Amino acid sequence: MIRIENVSFKHRTTPILTDVSLTIPKGGVVALIGPNGAGKSSLLSLVARLQPLQAGAIDIDGLPVDTTPGRELARVVAILRQDTTVASRLKVRELVGFGRFPHGRGRLIEADHAIIDAAIAQFDLADLADRFIETLSGGQRQRALVAMAFAQGTDYLLLDEPLNNLDMYYARELMRSLRSVADGKGKTVVIVLHDINQASAHADRIVAMKGGRVVADGTPAEILTPETLEAVFGFRMRVETIADKPFVLHQL
Amino acid sequence: MSASVLHPSLRTGTIAGLGLAVLFVLSLAVGVSPLPLGRVLSDPEALQLLLVSRLPRTLAAILSGAGLAIAGLIMQTLARNRFVEPATAGTAQSAELGILLVTLLFPAAALPVKTLVAGGAALLGTSIFLATAHRLPPAQPFLVPLFGIVYGGVIGAAATYAAWQADLLQFLAVWTNGDFSGVLRGRYELLWISALMVAIAWFVADRLTIMALGREASIGLGIDYARMMQIGLVLVSVITALAVAVVGMIPFVGLAVPNIVSRLMGDNVRGTLGWVAAGGAGLVLACDIVGRLIRYPYEIPVGTVMGVVGGAIFLWLLFRRGAHA
Repeated sequence: MIRIENVSFKHRTTPILTDVSLTIPKGGVVALIGPNGAGKSSLLSLVARLQPLQAGAIDIDGLPVDTTPGRELARVVAILRQDTTVASRLKVRELVGFGRFPHGRGRLIEADHAIIDAAIAQFDLADLADRFIETLSGGQRQRALVAMAFAQGTDYLLLDEPLNNLDMYYARELMRSLRSVADGKGKTVVIVLHDINQASAHADRIVAMKGGRVVADGTPAEILTPETLEAVFGFRMRVETIADKPFVLHQL
Repeated sequence: MSASVLHPSLRTGTIAGLGLAVLFVLSLAVGVSPLPLGRVLSDPEALQLLLVSRLPRTLAAILSGAGLAIAGLIMQTLARNRFVEPATAGTAQSAELGILLVTLLFPAAALPVKTLVAGGAALLGTSIFLATAHRLPPAQPFLVPLFGIVYGGVIGAAATYAAWQADLLQFLAVWTNGDFSGVLRGRYELLWISALMVAIAWFVADRLTIMALGREASIGLGIDYARMMQIGLVLVSVITALAVAVVGMIPFVGLAVPNIVSRLMGDNVRGTLGWVAAGGAGLVLACDIVGRLIRYPYEIPVGTVMGVVGGAIFLWLLFRRGAHA
């Protein structure tokens, strides 16, 4: 369980998050949605202790993120940031392999190699495994980074706009992979999404943020209504139900 | 991780090892007084020459070359920029200023003490450089080395001014321009500490690779980023200060060797560290041998030879990599 209690965060004097409290139970896919600048990425990076907590408390499975040793947390939670650039000349297999670093401190045993191979296969990277990251397209690189986060093998997976650069096929594949690790292995996935319909199709729960606060929280059917969406994004959009799921026609 | 990097290069490794061995023997043989290596065991004078002068000189070149190449690799990792090295970004200049000041204030201080002060100054100077470099926009990779050159230039100018005032310019030249001609048994052994630093770098190699991915990736994988930064700074500063104090600074090794190895083998430090160290040792040793031969029986300091050779390599790297560096 991730527990976020009364978290506020400022960048210099600008408030980014104001008194956010949220409980995410173990298992399932939670989508964070909201307009640009709502504080979604900041919340995710605070949970992943990439930035120091200023006010409030966050713990994951009872481990406070600000005082638990980084090495211990790295076996519990993995994060993929949205603006990750890899300037190093590493091969795909090497990069994915570094996802195992928190477990063996760089020494890979048989079990590690099996996990690395599985992550490479899962994201269709087998043909690219011996290529340098810098020679890949944006989408291929994104898949390699997601595979690295998967290889870390943590119970909690935080993904900040992982669908960036991915085409429709791989975006759907990634969402289905997330769904299957949540269902099959009881993992908890928290994912920032701009494509609301992906959230509708694959998430159990949607948390909507605006102006540094949580403004709506519920199942896709509860959140994806014209009224709530207008309150979050500031304009009216049509919502249709297809295959029992709400789909938002925000392009119209 | 390491296995996949090492196995295809086993043959290259043998060739590189042989090359280094040839340079080693050449370096023992080449010098003003002829040293017939075949008679070393029967001729006590030849043995004396070998043990007191040639062997220490050769070892000094290998130790400082390997150390400076590794220092360059670490510095590039910490700055996340391929075009910085201790010789151009303020580390060497800070060490030179430090050893100059301690020589002015305590002329009788022993070499280890002076080296320690030089190391402290290098640590301070490099910390300031990195703190500034991390604030520069990452989209413009050439700003970091440019800033480094200006920054190193300012500190170097301060050292030159202080040396000029104190009439110590000749001393300064000893520290700023590497030269192995004065290396004798008993006067280079401090450089073995460089080997220890390289061993520590080997121990933290995976962490260095991850650090090159950035602060957030490092924290995400459970690395104590701030502490690793300190360890890296100490390694760079100690290696540089040792080179400055014992043989004088040698430019470009830290720049050219890690860049060439990265081009050929990538950036997985666990796999490349040995190559960077061997490459640095070989390059410095080769330049020293060239410096001994080019105006035989006179010598050209290794720093000067390296300035020419390294400059040419650096230009080649710049033109090959182009603007997308």
